[in-house]
Amino acid sequence: MLDGWCKVVRPWRCWVLKSLISSQTALGLAQAGIASLMAFAVVLLARRRNVHLESDATIALLRGIVQIVAVGSILALWLKAPRWSSVFLLAGMVVAAGSISAKRAKNIPGAAKVSIYAIAAGAGLVTAIMTWAGVIDTAITSLVPVGSMIIANAMNTNGLALNRFRSEVLAHTGEIETALALGATPRATIGRYAETSIHSSLIPAIDNLRSLGIVWIPGLMTGMLLSGAKPLYAAIYQFVVIAMILAASGLTSLLSTTMIQAHAFSAADQLVLKGAE
Amino acid sequence: MSAAVSPTRPEVLLHADNLTRRVAEKLIVTDVSFEVKTGELLGIVGASGSGKSSLLRLLNRLDEPTGGTVYLDGQDYRLLKPRELRRRVGMVTQRPYLFPGDVASNLRFGPAQRGEAIPDEEVELLLMQVGLPEFAAQEVSVLSGGEQQRVSLARALANRPEVLLLDEPTAALDEESKLGIEQLIGELVRDHGLTCVMVTHDRDQARRMCKRVILLDAGRLVQSGSAVEVLGA
Repeated sequence: MLDGWCKVVRPWRCWVLKSLISSQTALGLAQAGIASLMAFAVVLLARRRNVHLESDATIALLRGIVQIVAVGSILALWLKAPRWSSVFLLAGMVVAAGSISAKRAKNIPGAAKVSIYAIAAGAGLVTAIMTWAGVIDTAITSLVPVGSMIIANAMNTNGLALNRFRSEVLAHTGEIETALALGATPRATIGRYAETSIHSSLIPAIDNLRSLGIVWIPGLMTGMLLSGAKPLYAAIYQFVVIAMILAASGLTSLLSTTMIQAHAFSAADQLVLKGAE
Repeated sequence: MSAAVSPTRPEVLLHADNLTRRVAEKLIVTDVSFEVKTGELLGIVGASGSGKSSLLRLLNRLDEPTGGTVYLDGQDYRLLKPRELRRRVGMVTQRPYLFPGDVASNLRFGPAQRGEAIPDEEVELLLMQVGLPEFAAQEVSVLSGGEQQRVSLARALANRPEVLLLDEPTAALDEESKLGIEQLIGELVRDHGLTCVMVTHDRDQARRMCKRVILLDAGRLVQSGSAVEVLGA
């Protein structure tokens, strides 16, 4: 894999690193270090503009490397397990994804539960149907990476949807309470803000599909090309994955914004998602 | 229009009974009790931050009291469905918050929530009552502040409320529009028997419009009586 990558990029630079480091794991860590330094350089650049990302970026980079190494290690062991066991790994990812994206819905009670249910239903249903239809192979090496891609994108969409929903409600408290005071149901008062949230949360997924091949060549296709797949099949399969991501993200966004609406109100139809009183 | 005073209607239409609201250990409203008689305009006065608007929001249960309750026509309002309560106890806020669209669609909003469609004639009648004849097809975005507040008033009246809560309805208006709205509310109370509770920080306005007022300070009712007794001549 690394050799193939080196052929695609500048061979002499890979050669410099490879001549210094013989172990593949150590080489990977060195590459991760260089990439992290690049990210941190941008963080320092942002600091000069009074945008302080140091703490968030450091924690995110550390978490990212620890988590991905942990998953890589687990996958290495998991490859020997029966195929059906990947369901447990994906279920664990759904729970983690739900908890992470729920943080975008600050002050909305029950956001974590809603996020887990929505991602499980959205990503789970699309992954299950596509696996049943034979689009995703049941081998752990295929199901887990593709499933995780779908879950991760559903998580991002869910976070965007909940964050936008919260912002819309906070920005329109007066309109919502006016409608409540006129005898409207909570759902009637908040429906159009949920629709705006769904729409805006899906912009990245739609743009990804729209710009596929023109602006970017995703990692999966690159990986398939490097591992010897025919370019046309790799391209079509990449489209399949991005389309699956759109389907899963859309379903997740629809479900989470539908479910979260009930949590913005009390049993007596009072808006409980508000700024400071 | 609002129900006129009838011999069968009770003398006391709304009774706030030891209303209290505490938010994060802070008391916003403390043990406030008062009565609103049918067909009267009761003023709630007090300095900024005294809990006037918070008290008003408890009366139609937009916020939940942490203590006490409200009796509407003798019935504990917690026994009513919130949507039914809010139809019977209407509200007009300082900012009108009109919905995008034309004036008629705003007036039809409340009745539409319970599946009722009000005819064009009734829309026109409501608009005439608030001094905006032939405004039905106007887009709300082109209305002045005073016109918007009149539409907001007509929209609340379209629900045929028994009590209308007015939260500083003229605070955002210029002097001329303010006097126009004052006159309109006065007519609705005097000529049509509408029962109103109005929050105002403007003592002169309270003296002009209300026969009876309650005075709040730090969320507590400190005085009640005629406007002259409480606020002076």
